[in-house]
Amino acid sequence: MRFLVSAVLLALLAACASADGDPRDPFEGFNRGVYKFNETVDEAIAKPVATAYRDLVHEEIRSRVRNFFSNIADLFIGVNNLLQGKLQDGVEDWARFAFNSTFGLLGIHDVASDMGIEKHNEDFGQTLGRWGVGDGPYLVLPILGSSTLRDGFGTAADIYTDPVGDFRPIRLRNSAVALRLVGARADLLDASRILDEAALDKYVFQRDAYLQRRRSLIYDGQPPREKRIEEGRSLRTPVNVEPAADVNNVRFAQHAHDR
Amino acid sequence: MRTIAKAALGLFAALLLGSAQGEELAPDVLVKNVTLEVVELIAKDKEIRGNRNKLIQLIDEKVLPHFNFTGMTALAMGQSWNKANAEQKKRLTEEFKTLLVRTYASALAAFSEQKFEFRPLRAKPTDTDVTVNVRVLQSGAQPVPIDYSMEKTAAGWKVYDVMVGGVSLVANYRTEFNNTVRESGIDGLIKSLSAKNRTFEAAGTAPQK
Repeated sequence: MRFLVSAVLLALLAACASADGDPRDPFEGFNRGVYKFNETVDEAIAKPVATAYRDLVHEEIRSRVRNFFSNIADLFIGVNNLLQGKLQDGVEDWARFAFNSTFGLLGIHDVASDMGIEKHNEDFGQTLGRWGVGDGPYLVLPILGSSTLRDGFGTAADIYTDPVGDFRPIRLRNSAVALRLVGARADLLDASRILDEAALDKYVFQRDAYLQRRRSLIYDGQPPREKRIEEGRSLRTPVNVEPAADVNNVRFAQHAHDR
Repeated sequence: MRTIAKAALGLFAALLLGSAQGEELAPDVLVKNVTLEVVELIAKDKEIRGNRNKLIQLIDEKVLPHFNFTGMTALAMGQSWNKANAEQKKRLTEEFKTLLVRTYASALAAFSEQKFEFRPLRAKPTDTDVTVNVRVLQSGAQPVPIDYSMEKTAAGWKVYDVMVGGVSLVANYRTEFNNTVRESGIDGLIKSLSAKNRTFEAAGTAPQK
């Protein structure tokens, strides 16, 4: 019996050891493939179209397009806030929708923000997270990009409930979806250039930022603290350094040198 | 993809800090002064956005004095920091600093008229490690929070991490750094950082929009 237990433990350890990569990203090889595909599509189509959109269409118009789709999104942001038990936020989202759809002329003006009713950021992935569903493995979805198993399900629900999907005739719907995509990509032109410049390995940089960002969003900017400490100690590195070498102490030790 | 790139933009649009006037400024006052000063300088000088060297000079003067780059590098390295000798630590810090400054210059070039909201500091006067919260307001989108982690030193308050939209700059480099160190050692990391910085220099002369 003891032998069996140790054998199983050994096998588990071996499995961990052989998976040299990040435990949050067991499908890294596959994900990198999809990532590369997405980059190719982006370079060939999305980025050139978005660049043309930004250069040819005045910011005033682009901002109205942005507000229009942002206003539609507020409906289900409100639903998600209610599902997460955040009654006040949900009511605010619908108040935004009401004001912006009327006084804001179908949402092209964000009058609600001017009135001090702030926009929120919610989706079904965050709702699942709030309900206690873990991230699951990191996934890169074709075209859609960074996700996790949980957020993938969330995104499916987002798409299923997307009011723009109900636009008719179909041609209007398709144009609206395309315009929204182009606008969203255009808003990211600066960001994606900065990402190119900042990252040693874009894939890793983007993955880690995504996971951090989602965690922050799920907790509405107030994630519990203990995880940070855990990250700071970097559990994946073998502990062969004396306790004083802990990262958090290094910082202060460093000051002694500076002085 | 959408959220992440936005976070990345915020990340660097965020490193807005600078100008030492009086060492004992409260950390939130310091952040506010420096942010407003940098934004005003950029708004005043029309050509600065297209001129990378001028931007870098502005950052050097106004922003850098308020950052603890050695501390940032140590945090980003995690436990690998202890495997580096003094000379390697110095080079790592230099290269990481160059990378951040150049990236930041590029973020400033992309900066457009946004409004800032400076939140009151929630800390005791005796605290030596605080978080200063700033928010960037924009129409049609959720405000982007920028949190500066700052600690008190003999030379005044210094920033050792910036979090934009919940993404910590320092934590975000940690995996990359650790991967590189595992594969090619500390010197490998120094090499790949300096290679990255040199591609910048080659491309940096072209005007950025």
